Amino acid sequence: MAPRGRSARLPAQPTLDLGACEQFLLHEARLLDDGKFDDWLKLFTAEAWYWVPSEPDQADPIETVSLIYDDRRLLETRVRRLASPRMYSQEPRSRTSRIVGNVSLEESGPLPTLPRLRGRNGWGCTVRSKFVMVEYRREQQRLFAGTAIHRLIQTGGRIMIAWKRVNLVNCDAPLDGITIPF
Amino acid sequence: MNGDLSQFIQPGRVHRQIYTDPAIFELEMERIFGSAWIYVGHESQVKKPGDYARSFIGRKPVVLVRDADGKIRVIHNQCAHRGSLVVANDKGNTDEFICCYHGWTYHLDGRLKAVPLQHGYPKDFDPNNPKTAMLKVPRVASYGGFVFASEAEDGPSLEDFLGHMTTSLDDMIDRAPDDEIEVAGGVFRHAYDGNWKLYLENLCDAAHPLFVHRSSIDAAQAQSDAVHTDGTGEIAIRQMRQNGAPYSFWESQVGIWTYPNGHSYLGDYHDDAKLVAALKDPVFRDYIAALEKKKGKAETRRILEVRRWNSNVYPNLSFMSQFQQLRVVHPVAVNRTVVHTYNFRLKGAPEQMFRNTIAFANTVNGTGSLVLTDDLEIYNRIRLGLSSAGAEWIEIGRGLASDQPDAHGGRRGANSTSEVYIRNMLDAWAAYMTAPSLPSPASRAGIERHAVA
Repeated sequence: MAPRGRSARLPAQPTLDLGACEQFLLHEARLLDDGKFDDWLKLFTAEAWYWVPSEPDQADPIETVSLIYDDRRLLETRVRRLASPRMYSQEPRSRTSRIVGNVSLEESGPLPTLPRLRGRNGWGCTVRSKFVMVEYRREQQRLFAGTAIHRLIQTGGRIMIAWKRVNLVNCDAPLDGITIPF
Repeated sequence: MNGDLSQFIQPGRVHRQIYTDPAIFELEMERIFGSAWIYVGHESQVKKPGDYARSFIGRKPVVLVRDADGKIRVIHNQCAHRGSLVVANDKGNTDEFICCYHGWTYHLDGRLKAVPLQHGYPKDFDPNNPKTAMLKVPRVASYGGFVFASEAEDGPSLEDFLGHMTTSLDDMIDRAPDDEIEVAGGVFRHAYDGNWKLYLENLCDAAHPLFVHRSSIDAAQAQSDAVHTDGTGEIAIRQMRQNGAPYSFWESQVGIWTYPNGHSYLGDYHDDAKLVAALKDPVFRDYIAALEKKKGKAETRRILEVRRWNSNVYPNLSFMSQFQQLRVVHPVAVNRTVVHTYNFRLKGAPEQMFRNTIAFANTVNGTGSLVLTDDLEIYNRIRLGLSSAGAEWIEIGRGLASDQPDAHGGRRGANSTSEVYIRNMLDAWAAYMTAPSLPSPASRAGIERHAVA
């Protein structure tokens, strides 16, 4: 349940509270662990972006390289490739297991000027969470951890991701290829 | 082993062992990375006196630094006392280097500046002995701001070593309207479990994209352009689609050139009319206008007609002038390699040009790239495959019969799918590995002194 103070700040949109956001994040993590990337893509709005910076506290994805920076068109391409039998970096497939926790509501309410979402007004919130993801592939197990920041909006009775930023704790380390989204 | 090494390379084939044998890897670190000119960084990374950036020569950590007089130095990142790493941050600015263990302090050029408790050392301890220092790498030279260092006291000059490849480095700089480029936009560090040689051996391989990159080609070709884009995806989608050009395109439109010392480049691939930053693109039109204003129409035309893809300077550097990319190969172990990639900003070019450079870097060099990840998979699979002695020899004979001599002491393939560039790299490998003179005694004494420190 949301703390009393938080609840008091929420406008009359009872479904987009901390509990609903947390359930949404768990649902997203499960889709990813289950390899249901098409369904994962459906969580994103038509103008969404997905970002994994290459530097701690990276200011933007425009002037500095990113481990992943996908606008909607690239995100669709990424997900389509994940279904390809010729994606050799996923032959054999990875298996992943994620724990999502420490979920907090950073801001909530009418967000009329969503960054990079020109013209879209909606009820939204920014949710911060921690994750740990184990990836196993071909006799090797890797551990990823970090902070995810989701901008969630409520549209047509659904919660959707307007943007998602994933700050890996080891974003600037030498890393073997990353193929499964966080 | 010295006498046997050249036997690993025969016309059109190479023995698997040079990719798998830890003893050969150790010899490579000594005979190739211990003597060739190794790229260690760009002068724009150390603009002001006291600026430094960590780098490597083979596995040896070094510091690229601009000293108090403004001179570029490359010194070993090791304390002369107990051998500890002195500089721990990737980059920064400082007046002096201080070892955190016992406080030995060094000038920016590596000379010892101060030693606490100096009275306790033996009577013959001489803080002014040039060997009691963060040791200088014997030779350091720049070409157009690109800094190379060599552990050999003697050998060819940097310009002789680069040979005709200076024209590729010139192309990196010529494309800046102000004739100046700078490292900007962060670093990728991608890694794979495989031998370091495999990396450059893939970068001029025009026969692989259609197969290895099939998944990203298919995904990009099926992608609707009607969905939302903020513009950054454009360059990525176009690049992935272009990777799907038929073999006939690669064989008729693309060439491969090789030069002495193992260097090579792939050319004619993207002509500027087909580039993401295409001639009709308003950003590119602004860029051309900026170039013409500074350099005139004729020079601008000449610059834009230089159409090179990857230029490889053996053994550790590859760069791409058209998109201002640069990759540095760092061998870690016989089966482990890390590659650092950098971007350059063209001074005087429209800001959007640099944004395209960043978007392109994400596509071809990004750790989560839709393209690079399949290349990394190949390097891993080669390691897995070559761990078997089932097949002793690897084929590198494609185009062997049709390679042609070229100007500047080079050889070129009859077309871009010739493996001439691999043969050329391995010829250089054999020359380094069987060279009669090892690094000079002075340099070896330095290595041994550190080994026992």
